[in-house]
Amino acid sequence: MSEIQTTVDSIVDQYQADPTGLLSVLQDIQAKMNYLPQEALERVSERMKVPMPRVAGLATFYSAFSLKPRGRRVINVCMGTACHVRGAPLILDTLERKLGIGIDETTSDGEFTLLKVGCLGACALGPIVEVNGEIFGQMTVTKADKLPDKLLKEDRGGTEK
Amino acid sequence: MTADIATQAQQETVTFTVNGKTMQGRRGDSLLKVLLHEGYDIPHLCYHEAVTAYGSCRLCLVEVKKGRKTKVTTSCNYPLMDGIEVTTNSEKIRKHRKVVFELLLAQVPNSPELQSMAAQYGVTDTRFEKKYQDCILCGLCERVCREVVGVNALGFMGRGVEKDVGAPFKQPSKTCIGCGACVYVCPVNCIKEEQLPTKRTIVRWERNLPMQTCKRCGYPFAPTYQLLQMQKQTGLPWEFFELCPDCRDVKD
Repeated sequence: MSEIQTTVDSIVDQYQADPTGLLSVLQDIQAKMNYLPQEALERVSERMKVPMPRVAGLATFYSAFSLKPRGRRVINVCMGTACHVRGAPLILDTLERKLGIGIDETTSDGEFTLLKVGCLGACALGPIVEVNGEIFGQMTVTKADKLPDKLLKEDRGGTEK
Repeated sequence: MTADIATQAQQETVTFTVNGKTMQGRRGDSLLKVLLHEGYDIPHLCYHEAVTAYGSCRLCLVEVKKGRKTKVTTSCNYPLMDGIEVTTNSEKIRKHRKVVFELLLAQVPNSPELQSMAAQYGVTDTRFEKKYQDCILCGLCERVCREVVGVNALGFMGRGVEKDVGAPFKQPSKTCIGCGACVYVCPVNCIKEEQLPTKRTIVRWERNLPMQTCKRCGYPFAPTYQLLQMQKQTGLPWEFFELCPDCRDVKD
């Protein structure tokens, strides 16, 4: 059995393969593997006795799921109305140029994935960028340009003890 | 005991009015189903009595007055209840339907079926930007495949402007049995089937299937996968499916 199948099986077993737990299973797989490989979805369908179109339908419906591998950090640029009028498109442009990737793409080193979101609900801090749950408010083009390097540096400082 | 059954039957039957005419029907039935049965001409694309109502085409709009409130609602997924007053063809309804036709025409401008339906309401063009799709995303194919055929080869993928109907991941279908139910049921005729002597292709799902030839007369009568599905559902021996329906009746 492949590694993916073993991972999926252990998660499916936690929910006793109950079809009502489908969404939770997909969330757990996404959290563990950073994306939903097709092989994993096929295994879920087989183990939970849920038809494949239903599994694939759910997996493609929610933006929390990704069918492509995501980077270690997911950068969410808020494009909600408030952030938009405060210059979010410029922030997005800057990050796209800095990282050399477009929306919904991942850098070749697997560090960053760039996404845009509707609204993060913290409009007073706009324009906002969110990275793996951490909020960076009142973004400027200058700050956005330095953000990826800053994140990489922080991470290195944190992990290399 | 008999009184109980009588009250139960009374509860089941409801009285309502349609365009002022009093009618009776069974509680919970689809309003559109009843209206069509009574002969009212209500346009609809996503409804078929063989499957669950879905309410996506928005054409079967009617006005329903319940108590003191009147609302415009889709009739296909409106359950019949006591005392409702239904209006099927008011000025308001016609106006709403016209807009819905325009929206559908914007999505699928080149469907003769849709064009002729819209023309009946005087809609020949749309004011909205044309998207030139061929599918209205009514989901009939998906529901028929799931509820009637029982194969579950289709589903909705994505959402919003990216929503699409088809096999998982927009790849060629791996599970379609080639029965052609979706081809038959599609209201805008966008699922095409190509029939060759030895194979059948469901073009939209990119599914190529070999035909089973009758053991006796040699006529390719159905896709093998469809017969396998039928065998699974009926539990009949495979020998039964080796003969075409005509040869089955012939006694040796």
